[in-house]
Amino acid sequence: MRDHAPVTVRLVYLARLREALGAPGESVALAGEATVSALLESLRSRGGAFASELASGRPVRIAVNHAVAADSTPLRDGDEVALFPPVTGG
Amino acid sequence: MPVRVQLDDFDASREIAALRAGDPRVGAVACFIGTVRDVNDDADVRSLTLEHYPGMTEAALQSIADEARARFDIYDVLVVHRVGELRPTDQIVLVAVTSAHRGEAFDACRFVMDYLKTRAPFWKKERTPSGERWVEARASDDDAAARWRDDASEPR
Repeated sequence: MRDHAPVTVRLVYLARLREALGAPGESVALAGEATVSALLESLRSRGGAFASELASGRPVRIAVNHAVAADSTPLRDGDEVALFPPVTGG
Repeated sequence: MPVRVQLDDFDASREIAALRAGDPRVGAVACFIGTVRDVNDDADVRSLTLEHYPGMTEAALQSIADEARARFDIYDVLVVHRVGELRPTDQIVLVAVTSAHRGEAFDACRFVMDYLKTRAPFWKKERTPSGERWVEARASDDDAAARWRDDASEPR
């Protein structure tokens, strides 16, 4: 990846988060650091439901390209990043 | 190690017959079926909508089945999980495990369900007389999955 290349990721909101955030997902361009924690910080800065639903301490799970991710997981251009509540299947 | 996510109901006896067909090594089949209850957290449940994350859900189920095969002396694992709108008494999930002997089959079946409950991306929304609500994850499910962390063969 080139230095300072823009990183655009596709966000997928699932289950309760999709309803709370009012959309099934969106594309987001990240300026600067491209990690899960930087993405979450940028979403929280929008305020409203994004700030309350994604506040630290809320049980939000993240997957990058279908693999469970951590705050430090790096994001690359074109990644699919899913945000969802703890699972309740079975 | 088939895993499937589907809208349609399943026929457990047909699924099990297919799982062990032509395999004379099999001496035990353990099976779990999860069904929709009409009461959850003290509320009447009229119906349940199950949502998943296509792609990741199948991969997560496959990974759980693979881990069961690595941990237990078993031959095969089947997981069928339904999505969409379900009603009380409907079947939700089928896990079936084949093995030479019952002990490994029982343990692997329980392991797969315990991991599925905490790791497979499915979400339940209940419709009750007072409205709709998303089901909250249970700490007891985390505890059940955690029991498998230290011991490869038995819970706790």
